[in-house]
Amino acid sequence: MKHLKTKLAVIGLAGISLTLAGCNEEKAAVIPSPSGVSPQKMADALFTVMEADRATYTSKVLKRLVKEEKLIKASEHWKDDKALPLPAQMFRMASERAAENSSDFSYSLISAWPINKQNEPKTAAEKEGVKFIEDNPGKRFYKEETLGGTTYFTAIYPDVAVSSACSSCHNDHKDSPKTDFKVGDTMGGIVIRIPL
Amino acid sequence: MKSSNKKWWGMWLCSTLLLAGYYTYAMTQGEEGVFLPGPSSHGHYQIELSCDSCHGEAFDGPEVMQKTCVSCHSAELERVEDSHPRRKFTDPRNADRLERLDARFCVTCHNEHRLEITDNTGVTLPSDFCILCHQDIAEDRASHRDIEFDSCSSSGCHNYHDNKALYEDFLVKHGKGEKTIKQGLLPQRNLASFIRSISDNPESLKPLMTDDANMPAAVTQDEMVLSDWSTSAHARNGVNCNACHMGNHAVDERWETAPAQAVCKQCHTKEQEGFLAGRHGMRSAQNMAPMSPAIARLPMKQRSHEKSLSCHSCHESHSYNTQTAAVEACLSCHNDKHTLAYKKSPHYQLWQQELAGTLPNGSGVSCSSCHLPRETIRDRGRDRIVVQHNQNDYLRPNEKMARPVCMKCHGLEFTLSSLADGALIEKNFTGKPVETIASIEMALKRERTEKKKSN
Repeated sequence: MKHLKTKLAVIGLAGISLTLAGCNEEKAAVIPSPSGVSPQKMADALFTVMEADRATYTSKVLKRLVKEEKLIKASEHWKDDKALPLPAQMFRMASERAAENSSDFSYSLISAWPINKQNEPKTAAEKEGVKFIEDNPGKRFYKEETLGGTTYFTAIYPDVAVSSACSSCHNDHKDSPKTDFKVGDTMGGIVIRIPL
Repeated sequence: MKSSNKKWWGMWLCSTLLLAGYYTYAMTQGEEGVFLPGPSSHGHYQIELSCDSCHGEAFDGPEVMQKTCVSCHSAELERVEDSHPRRKFTDPRNADRLERLDARFCVTCHNEHRLEITDNTGVTLPSDFCILCHQDIAEDRASHRDIEFDSCSSSGCHNYHDNKALYEDFLVKHGKGEKTIKQGLLPQRNLASFIRSISDNPESLKPLMTDDANMPAAVTQDEMVLSDWSTSAHARNGVNCNACHMGNHAVDERWETAPAQAVCKQCHTKEQEGFLAGRHGMRSAQNMAPMSPAIARLPMKQRSHEKSLSCHSCHESHSYNTQTAAVEACLSCHNDKHTLAYKKSPHYQLWQQELAGTLPNGSGVSCSSCHLPRETIRDRGRDRIVVQHNQNDYLRPNEKMARPVCMKCHGLEFTLSSLADGALIEKNFTGKPVETIASIEMALKRERTEKKKSN
């Protein structure tokens, strides 16, 4: 019961804070929680790890072995082609693996110009968030949303083309709706959801 | 109490006692079938009376049942890179989809005990179920505008789980291909060379003759048995009598006249795992009486009804002739149209030529070439080619067979068109497919269009 009350208090405070904060980076308040780590802090920390892993794989593994040393190819069909998985695939595989092991959070990669249409913004928060990070380069988007009867703290972070490998691969892909990405462009968003 | 009330109470009591008696009798006298809510699917009917195999010990609900589904089927789904794994649907962004189709649970689509609405892949949903999530596909693929949703998975184009031979870039890469690839060969098993490669003492695996047969003095030698053994792969590769008959060293070193299947497993681990997971061994795996043709739903020859399936049903003791196991053993039981047409098929002609030595090994196509195909696995750092004894892995949808089997000798278009032609399958592929599947041309056309655009 005590736990329930605490949870309700957190949800209430989170709701109030986010309403007042207006859901953007400058205004979003840090939501207190019994453990001292707010959902926003948790999401930010998760993003830091995700972004670091993603950038490291892209530059230290993929770009080096494929583009510079030309030792191996990278391919969307990496198993069939005996190649390295693409960074976005690595990201999704890890996200699915995390989903199998934990229900404390989930994350995914979405874009207004997805190669697979299933990854375009779907929920109201995703649509609003993707627009926000496109319109406000470098900024983050936070919102609460209720999906399937569960309320989530949803954070959306810009997914930036860190290397020419990202932009050229998307530009050349026959299923890509956009073909003029440049290094530094926001290509989509990383969505992190934490159930409240 | 009024007398009419007493009468009703009496009738209720009698009916209750009668029903209780009937169900107790059924439970104790091997008539558990009365508890089934309906006949089971072709995939599970063999084990339908082992309720806890699927339901758990206390009918514990969907999560437990999901675990039991996964315990038997996850390895295959992982291998085929399931296009719709559960983990994709646990993402909260798919919550709206789960309301339409809860794809986190196998039983949503494979609702057991509903045989009357179960299709040949075990699916119990209406055949246009893809529409639930892909209703707007025509916006993305104009070529799909006039295609009905009930044909997505019935015309050789898509499967829900296994699309390894059907994904668009695969179609583009392989294109239409030749009808038959000259010098196409099926892979050959390599257990003997594999065992030599990992053995500390490969010299000990030298070929054995009848005089080398090793058994305790008290055992009576049978000339026929010795002759069969001397022609076997066992004798050719140094596997002596005591390796099987005194093979269960973990227990004791007694001579076993009829060694148990566990002895085979000592060397043929993967093969036995497949056998126990497939149609021939799944009852044994659940500690039920072994499968028998008498209880099969497929047509079986009357004279086979008394058989009880084990390794030795197909692999005759001592000779262990894999050529017999690959054709004649199947034909000794199976009695459906596809089986009966086999000996009139071009595949069988090739098989005969391979046996006669006029074509190289791997040219012929036996029953097991398709239904128990050879897989390459990594074992102790080496490639091994083993026979997958779980026929379910390559059975339905039959496009599962395309890459590991058909495409070794046929082009993609001929392969997929043939697999989509039910009448041709019944004739055991004697003839040509009536229709050509559309997906390859669609994929190639799109590729050409996109290339033009980018130029």
